[in-house]
Amino acid sequence: MNAIIKNPLALAGLMIIAIISFMAIFAPLITPFDPDAINVKSILLSPSSAHWMGTDGLGRDVYSRMLFGARISLLVGIVAVGIATVIGIVLGAISGFYRGWVDTVIMRLVDVMLSIPTFFLILAVIAFLTPSIWNIMIVIGLTSWMGVTRLVRAEFLSLRNREFVLASQTLGATDRRLIFKQLLPNSLTPIIVSSVLGIASAVLVESGLSFLGLGVQAPQASWGNILTDGKEYIEFAWWLSLFPGLAILITVMGYNLLGEGLRDALDPRTSNNK
Amino acid sequence: MLKYLMNRLLWMVPLLVGISLISFLIMHLAPGDITSTEASFNPKTSEESRQKLRELYHLDKPVIVQYGLWLKRMSTLDFGRSFASHQSPVFWQETDKDGNITKGMIQEALPVTLLINVLSLSLIIAMALPLGVISALTQNKLPDRSITIFVFIGFAIPSFWLALMLMYWTGVSHNWLPISGLHSLGAEKMPWLAQWIDGLKHLTLPILISGLTGLAGISLFVRNGMLDVLHQDYITTARAKGLSENTVVYKHALRNALLPLITIFGLSIPGLIGGSVIAESIFAIPGMGKLFYDAVLMRDFPVIMGILTIGSALTLIGNLLADLAYAWADPRVRKGVVQ
Amino acid sequence: MQEKPQITRVFTCLVAALMALLLMSCSQQRNEGTANFNQTYPSEAGGTLVDAMSGEPSGLIAMIAGESSASTIASNIFNSLLKYDKNLELTGELAQSWDVSADQKTITFHLKPNLKWADGKPLTSEDVLFTWQLVTDDKTRTPYGADYKLVKKAEAPDPETFKVTYAQPYAPALDSWSGLHILPKHLLAGQDINNTPFARNPVGSHYYQLDQWKKGESISLKRNVNATQGQAKIDHLVSRIIPDRAAQFLELMADNIDSMSLNSIQYARIFPSRPDLTSKIAQYKELGNSYTYLGFNLKRKPFDDVRVRQAINYAIDKQEIIDGVLLGLGLPVASPYKPGTRWSNPELHPYPYDPKKAIALLKEAGFEDHDHDGILDKDGQPLSFEILTNQNKEREMSAVLVQRRLKEIGIDVKIRVVEWATFISRFIKTGDFNVVLLGWGLGLEPDQFNIWHSSQQAPGQFNFIGYNNPTVDKLLEDGRMELNPDKRMKIYHEFAKILLEDSPVVYLFAGYGLPAIHKRVKGIDDPAPPAGIGHNSYGWYIPAPLRRNEISAE
Repeated sequence: MNAIIKNPLALAGLMIIAIISFMAIFAPLITPFDPDAINVKSILLSPSSAHWMGTDGLGRDVYSRMLFGARISLLVGIVAVGIATVIGIVLGAISGFYRGWVDTVIMRLVDVMLSIPTFFLILAVIAFLTPSIWNIMIVIGLTSWMGVTRLVRAEFLSLRNREFVLASQTLGATDRRLIFKQLLPNSLTPIIVSSVLGIASAVLVESGLSFLGLGVQAPQASWGNILTDGKEYIEFAWWLSLFPGLAILITVMGYNLLGEGLRDALDPRTSNNK
Repeated sequence: MLKYLMNRLLWMVPLLVGISLISFLIMHLAPGDITSTEASFNPKTSEESRQKLRELYHLDKPVIVQYGLWLKRMSTLDFGRSFASHQSPVFWQETDKDGNITKGMIQEALPVTLLINVLSLSLIIAMALPLGVISALTQNKLPDRSITIFVFIGFAIPSFWLALMLMYWTGVSHNWLPISGLHSLGAEKMPWLAQWIDGLKHLTLPILISGLTGLAGISLFVRNGMLDVLHQDYITTARAKGLSENTVVYKHALRNALLPLITIFGLSIPGLIGGSVIAESIFAIPGMGKLFYDAVLMRDFPVIMGILTIGSALTLIGNLLADLAYAWADPRVRKGVVQ
Repeated sequence: MQEKPQITRVFTCLVAALMALLLMSCSQQRNEGTANFNQTYPSEAGGTLVDAMSGEPSGLIAMIAGESSASTIASNIFNSLLKYDKNLELTGELAQSWDVSADQKTITFHLKPNLKWADGKPLTSEDVLFTWQLVTDDKTRTPYGADYKLVKKAEAPDPETFKVTYAQPYAPALDSWSGLHILPKHLLAGQDINNTPFARNPVGSHYYQLDQWKKGESISLKRNVNATQGQAKIDHLVSRIIPDRAAQFLELMADNIDSMSLNSIQYARIFPSRPDLTSKIAQYKELGNSYTYLGFNLKRKPFDDVRVRQAINYAIDKQEIIDGVLLGLGLPVASPYKPGTRWSNPELHPYPYDPKKAIALLKEAGFEDHDHDGILDKDGQPLSFEILTNQNKEREMSAVLVQRRLKEIGIDVKIRVVEWATFISRFIKTGDFNVVLLGWGLGLEPDQFNIWHSSQQAPGQFNFIGYNNPTVDKLLEDGRMELNPDKRMKIYHEFAKILLEDSPVVYLFAGYGLPAIHKRVKGIDDPAPPAGIGHNSYGWYIPAPLRRNEISAE
């Protein structure tokens, strides 16, 4: 934590995430309008004191939709990464702990998944399963666990022969105990870093899917589909694309800065020349 | 070296089987088939003609038979003909009995996508190397921080949004660059130099955007690699010997930091190919990404499976080349000392 | 102190080089004409018209390709026997005239004399017969064969006569002959129509012929000197393939394409606020080709109760949807026919917005808010359902407005938007839906047997809402047999009246088509006739001073 505070970029990232999460969580309390309230008489109003970010093609308040959209966008990122991380830890742990043919099979699976263009895979699966928010989370999760698997496996392989592990093993610790009490806690750092970075990518993937019409579906608001709605009027109703665009940009940056900051801070190699 | 190559090639076989299985499974997630595309939802379409289409494409055979047919065809690179686009072979050109050549869909789409990816990779290298090195040399100081922020903006900005803004700015407001497409109308009548410039102008924005998106990963990799190397004993030794900083940085550190970069390029191929969907849709470029997206919406199975397989095969080849280059550069690898 | 590495310098050089390259590539400015586009010019031949399409056709034989982009382009290349004129009445195209036999079973078409294909070969009734054989051949992969298979016997007794005999009178026959592009026998005989290279290199008889097809980029047509219908004014038509509509609009603004169809925001909001656009681009408004409706699954409760359907109809404010979704650029409809045409019954009016009546009807049907949770219920079941629609901005937005109005009278509505192919295969074909928000074409041919007849409910057929009304069935059957236009009109007016009362669907609106065309293109009818502005596109012209600088070989 200290290391983060010392790194201004990581700190900025953390604050961005904190603020945006706060706004997403308390969205119902701080939005001036119902995000779905239609008003045919106030279509496409530019930002004003009543509508801070203007209104959209159905007269809905963009600011309110942005806050509720934040919930969806962040949820997609966090759940998707959660799924990927769980799969990654399980497979990586099995692979790194037991080695042998299990390791070979899992690593080949990782290679296969890594060689298929991931976005193609996501696109095809989501289109076929119909793009609901749950499908999007699951599919992004199921296609992004390979990095974590490799990380966990590598950590396990290197920790496996460390003295403290060997010692507990001689003392008769069970496999389960070894994995959960010794190996996993010591591999957490890279897992956290990769999860934080993964959330950033997932938010971007959702916006890309929205652009292609396969993201979170209207009338539910997500940053991706608000941005896509506004793309045809980029210079006319600029507020429709500017705010969601900036929101994605800032949030993804926040997660990236935090992730890289964490990596820098926690990696002894890159931080010892102060 | 030859043994190493053979070894690597053999590794690819199980991967290819895995890829064939995954691409086949995905197709069977789909409840829709060719007969449920737009054309068939016209009141004038009769159910019998739909059934006819299904039979023609073996959609009525058991799944396992379909996979068998698929595996057999994949091994001979025969991806069949497109469902939606009746005329076209999926992968490579075919000649009919009258000598008419029908070009393959992937055959036509692949070069554009490869060209854009090669150019944007070059752009990424050209920018990432200096940015990464400057970042490492000024670690945690202002230049490092600004570069980090800059490359992250490139990564974090939704690419289609940036693309539209740049299209508006350079194409509508200022008339500097064409907005979409690959050639101007009538470009084929221009002299070759003008044609070449015309093509380059059309590719400027797509390459720039794809380059910006990919910059962060590589430049951070260079930065961290450099930092890593700069703290190694032999660098300290070199400095102690009184070598100039330039010699230390460029002769000793950079070369060693670059080595792992080769592998990263192999790994970044699927990301670049996948990312082409959005860029190609927005810039109206007839490449692999656009082809794939259309095929998904049309449930054009042969094309989807063909592209997934060819795309993955390209990645495998890319990885193979990267491994070979690495082995060539680092004798320890090819002797099997390090994996 | 460490010396400063030269990297910074190297990098500066690199950036400078890159900028230079960029600037070099940008240095060629287009010279913009300052011509006054509003001036009138005499009609003259020549020039190029550029437009954009979202998808690329798979081929140019419309009966095989199926996509709308294919038929749009193919209809500039191929003729049919008949066509619709500017007032949407049938008239001859390749046919000079046609006679219907006394028993109404035989139609004889008399072709115009001296018709030619673009390659100079004569076009005769043999070609028509050949095309009929193709479209009815079981090996031909066409979804459009059904109409033509009803022909019991087709003959070409002489080169200028084509005669078809039906087993029984079939009124939609004439319409069907306006939709079949006649193909050349001398080029296609013996070929596999499904895979012929002809589809990419067609030879037709209409105003234009294929000039160049750049895969994935554009399709260019040039004037056909042997055209059967006279000469078009504009020399070249180019259709660029631009999938993204936002990119299309940028291309229109930058003057790189001459026409595209606008959406209502572009039409009603962006254009009026941009004098630079209105000074060079003209906006048109024409009757649309489809209507949007809310359709009930009549096999499910509570939609089997006509009072519930009528109540929902009363509870939806159609004008609000037209104003909100289409910014006023649409019409309410009360029948599935183009407003103002012969088949549309002028005495019918849409259900007015009347929430009180809606509540009363629902009460009559047993729906009241017994448990006071704000949602009506009957036998403990709340009145709650899901509206299913596909990805289409107008439909999504209409669904949202419908949802709000229904909520006001105590109906709980959820909205689900699904991608098209899945929509059809998973919900429509299986009948697994409650309410859909979709569109149907406003056909020029009044026969809607496929959509409303009770026999058309099998999976994959078009009466997927399960409409079953014996009176309507009878009218639809009669309408198919009646070739006298006046008697036919009465049948379909009656049909539309019953349909409106039964309310198996709620007609929401028929939107206008909103083409925008650069003002350099002259000769366009404004206001648009019922057939739309495109009916005389062969007479459009681009005066020489207003043409784009065409790149020449020099």
